[in-house]
Amino acid sequence: MLENPTNHHRNHFRGLRAAITGGTSGLGLALVRELLARGARVAFVARGRDGVERVEHGYPESYGIVGDVSKKTDIHPIAMQVMGMLGGLDVLINNASDLGPVPLAMLADTDCEELERAFATNVLGPFRLTKALLGALGSSAREGFGAVVLNISSDAAINAYPRWGAYGASKAALHHLSRIWNEELASQGIAFLSLDPGDMDTPTHAAAVPDADLASLKRPEIAAVELVDAIGNLLSFMKSERIAEEATP
Amino acid sequence: MTAAHLPIQRPRQAKLLVIDEQEQFRHWPRSRLVDLFRSGDLVIANDAATLPASLAGEHPRSGSLIEVRLAGRDSLDTNDIRHWTAVVFGAGDFRMRTEDRPPPPRVVTGDKFVLGPLHATVERILGHPRLVRLVFEESSREILEGLARHGRPIQYSHVRPSLALWDVWTPIAGPPVAFEAPSAGFALNWHSLSSLKDRGARFATITHASGISSTGDPQLDARLPFDEPYYIPPSTASAIRDTQMRNGRVIAIGTSVVRTLEAAAGVGGSVQAGQGVAIQRIGSGSRLRVVDAMLSGTHEPGTSHHELLRAFLDDEGLAHLDGELNLRDYRTHEFGDSVFVEHVQQPSVRQFEQNRSHLN
Repeated sequence: MLENPTNHHRNHFRGLRAAITGGTSGLGLALVRELLARGARVAFVARGRDGVERVEHGYPESYGIVGDVSKKTDIHPIAMQVMGMLGGLDVLINNASDLGPVPLAMLADTDCEELERAFATNVLGPFRLTKALLGALGSSAREGFGAVVLNISSDAAINAYPRWGAYGASKAALHHLSRIWNEELASQGIAFLSLDPGDMDTPTHAAAVPDADLASLKRPEIAAVELVDAIGNLLSFMKSERIAEEATP
Repeated sequence: MTAAHLPIQRPRQAKLLVIDEQEQFRHWPRSRLVDLFRSGDLVIANDAATLPASLAGEHPRSGSLIEVRLAGRDSLDTNDIRHWTAVVFGAGDFRMRTEDRPPPPRVVTGDKFVLGPLHATVERILGHPRLVRLVFEESSREILEGLARHGRPIQYSHVRPSLALWDVWTPIAGPPVAFEAPSAGFALNWHSLSSLKDRGARFATITHASGISSTGDPQLDARLPFDEPYYIPPSTASAIRDTQMRNGRVIAIGTSVVRTLEAAAGVGGSVQAGQGVAIQRIGSGSRLRVVDAMLSGTHEPGTSHHELLRAFLDDEGLAHLDGELNLRDYRTHEFGDSVFVEHVQQPSVRQFEQNRSHLN
């Protein structure tokens, strides 16, 4: 009998410890729900205390953390709370992002401060938070749980869309950062994914394209299933690699 | 020795004094640390992240300003963060030497402390007017957030700039359970983890709640180190077994790793995975069952870290070490230079015990 691949992936998440930034709306909230549904223990981060408390109230088994990943001084307090609540970390999802100027603007019309903010949230924040949690991820890898960092990317990281300059350039940097992290840390058992969830019906997309045809947009819940499946596939692959390695005399 | 006064974890000029099993002394740049590791070695570090364990606040009954330094807990359980052992200081901060700080107000059981957003009650006085058992009134989440936002790393006057958490987290820091940084781990970075793997050595971690190194009070300092909870992951216990079977060396990065592994050691140096509390003091009478070598900071005579070196070296060796460190101007304290010391008799003792346990 053929195994249902979805059920197969689901087993990978029971008891795993996951942290998600930007977890109170859009894709981030959908990822919180999807990971909880698959049995993971989930900590999420967002800037607004009201939003954090609302999601915690809706999902009392989740752990909410108030913090802004674009602020250097918030990173270690966030990492400390993630680790203090979960005791360890297997999956980190850097999802929080900044669109740059709203409404979207040509680069020539983008303020330096807007570009800086986009890079602070989309590049420096994920870099710093990943670095602060790398010890925990390495420990997870040595215990054979498989450690994965998923950085949420975009087609704007690859294609040069006019008026998406701050967002596109920062997402391109994050994408490349992910590829280099992956090369450097594969030997330590820590894997990095950079995935484009597609155009979704989220607050971010509404800010960028206010007149978009909502029917043409992906539901964030669908994107969350696809992304968590991708992490599950990778965990499954890493596990088989590990078993093969251990079997080698 | 002079105190390292800048919070730089891996300064380029860092020095390393290497003492091999023949008690030969060599002076190396610490950047060559990885060259000490051989195929078959197991390098074990403490992956505890450092808590912002210094909490400024007040003692409402006396109206005094105080500083509370968290200094101990019963276990590493994430649900068990309401109760702590703590040392109470009078007004002031790290800019004044702990010895010169004014004494705290008299504290009695039932007293309240207001520590920024956190509220604590004194449950017991622990045999010294400044050493107390505290219970926080808030929930685990509120306590964690309160510590993360209001707490500061414990700091001493020899380091001049005010420390941030990133200054005291080692590159491999994980669970936030250390009261002061497991600073021997500052010497490691991710490149060294890759390099030691390329050399055929392995890397593993334990988690040990490293305690405070000084209180400024001779009676309290004599009680250091306090009991320290630890956790040994299954992969580390299994790597130790493999290493011992192949006669490789178990190399501890820091005194806290020595304390964990020796506290957990069974007959023949076997080590079980799991949680425990290190209550033993390691010193001249201690026989090391697990650890073959240690990387450590340079420590001043009279401290518990310095005493621990007596488990590796005899009086003459230790006097020679202290002399060399002074002569060559090694820098001391948490951001200072390092010592790598190998223990001579360990494999034969362990082999004897292993044989004996097999005979039994």
